[in-house]
Amino acid sequence: MQAANNPLAVTFFFVFMALTLGITYWAARRTRTTEQFFAAGGQITAWQNGWALAGDFLSAAALLGIAGIITSNGFDGLIYSIGFLVGWPIISFLIVEPLRNLGKFTFADVVAYRLRQRPVRMAAAIGTLTVILLYLIAQMVATGSLIKLLFGMPYTASVIVVGTAMLTYVIFGGMLATTWVQVIKAVLLSFGGLVLALLVLAHFDMNPLRLFAAAADKYGERVLQPGSKVAGSGWDAISLGVGLMFGTAALPHILMRAFTVPDVKEARMSILYATGIIGSFHLLVFVIGFGAMVLVGPEAVIKAGGGGNMAAPLLALTVGGNGFFGFICAVAFATMLAVVAGLTLSGVATVCHDLWVNVVRDGHAPEREQLTVARIATVAIAVLAVFLGIVFEGQNVAFMAGLAFAVAAAANFPALLLSITWKRFTTPAAVASILVGTFSSLLLICLSPTVQVDVLGRNLAEVSQAWWFVPMKNPALISMPLSFLVAIAVSLVTQEDGAEGSFREMRRRIMFGASGAAYTGR
Amino acid sequence: MLSPDRIDLHDEGAEFAKISRRRSHVAILLSTVMIAMYFGFMTMFAFAKPMMGTILAPGLSLCILLGAGVILGSFALCLVYVVWANRFYDPAVRRIMN
Repeated sequence: MQAANNPLAVTFFFVFMALTLGITYWAARRTRTTEQFFAAGGQITAWQNGWALAGDFLSAAALLGIAGIITSNGFDGLIYSIGFLVGWPIISFLIVEPLRNLGKFTFADVVAYRLRQRPVRMAAAIGTLTVILLYLIAQMVATGSLIKLLFGMPYTASVIVVGTAMLTYVIFGGMLATTWVQVIKAVLLSFGGLVLALLVLAHFDMNPLRLFAAAADKYGERVLQPGSKVAGSGWDAISLGVGLMFGTAALPHILMRAFTVPDVKEARMSILYATGIIGSFHLLVFVIGFGAMVLVGPEAVIKAGGGGNMAAPLLALTVGGNGFFGFICAVAFATMLAVVAGLTLSGVATVCHDLWVNVVRDGHAPEREQLTVARIATVAIAVLAVFLGIVFEGQNVAFMAGLAFAVAAAANFPALLLSITWKRFTTPAAVASILVGTFSSLLLICLSPTVQVDVLGRNLAEVSQAWWFVPMKNPALISMPLSFLVAIAVSLVTQEDGAEGSFREMRRRIMFGASGAAYTGR
Repeated sequence: MLSPDRIDLHDEGAEFAKISRRRSHVAILLSTVMIAMYFGFMTMFAFAKPMMGTILAPGLSLCILLGAGVILGSFALCLVYVVWANRFYDPAVRRIMN
């Protein structure tokens, strides 16, 4: 079953492309400054930004991947759903207000605020670009194989189509176009998920418990109980949790959205809306996954290929017919496109704002030059993403998205938190903590079964004898505390000039904003 | 409009310190509740699988109930923070600025 044979799916797809390209054309005429390119001029409302945050964050994995895991394993899929949500309150309590009031375009603005610009920006760029690249590779490879599965388009062609569309949105429309692409995609995705869940529940008197009970009758009570799908050992599950919670709170493309709204209050509200949208969506996915288990059957889902990813589309076909199947396939496509666009834009912000303006040009670069650099960086990242997507075809890259969260948790989160809360925090400590967080996560994953067994195909019994073997698949439980320890240790042996005064000035700005304007007239 | 430099006069004042401290307390308290809730759930998921698998009613196991609870609880905590910030923090900050 493929959507390519389905004229409605192809129609939905073209309508989405036409609409988003139209928006890009409209946005391009309103994107003349870096403020507009990277932050949509700070004119997005909280409600729009909440949807856009959800759009940035809900990848195809959220609908297709988690539904697939639930269909074949039952409850365990919910562990991912929960993990993807619990970072949002942390953003809300600890991160968003300092971020909005101290920063301009990137989270490095905050870390570098009272520290030395050049070393901190360079380290932050390494951490950020590692996260973005890992996440982009995971998205591109998943996108290529899913579009192949859904639309029958060849892998390379689908990666190129996604790369080109994403490049068009970002290069011409900047943040304004990207925001609207995210909003449309998030609304379509939530609407599709809601209709799908309701169609499933209609078979069970609108009562989710009857659905779960039907699943337990058919496949045993184990589907309602914790299994071993998520992580081998108990500690591995905790480590996954650490990576998801603190990684979410430090993902560059999410943090970047704090700058698209007019003030700190709107930023705070947009995180609340996003949390509500993402949480509700994950509850719907739980119903969809069990719906596919009972109404389609795990065997049929596995037979459809794509490692279980076809659970939701096949369920749509069963409960909603051909038209709805086409709609869900088109929504999945839109989802992938939107996520890579958001990721690319935050990568461009890092290259242009952190590296070019603040490292190369020492904080002084004319607007025109910045925009030119931003557009060149967009092309470079798009080409790189397409190239890596093609190179990694058929590789097992499932771990890369998880690794992106782990690196974000270990490299970005400690530096971000300590820079706004701890007066003793110093430049060498920030640099050391970011680098240790990045490279320890990468090293740990290379020595773990994820790479040794799943990617390199070695024998588990054999590698587990080696002295360097790391039994955990998720590195964050080790790498994040390590990064904190390094940050604290280095801070204690180094001194930052004028730390007392600059810290007080920063606390003031966290409360009052750049000009204090944020608190007047509202 | 006031610039941060002009606020300097009030800065050492008790009011600024008080509000700043209160915001930290609220942020730390809510974060602690959130972290305890999530890692409590994950610890039980990781180390108390049989208990989490208890079937409470047809179609409802303890882990599903608690899992849905963590999702709703996360949103509820965000809501508490936003209400506090909008009702108490923002007006207090505005008071110092004027």
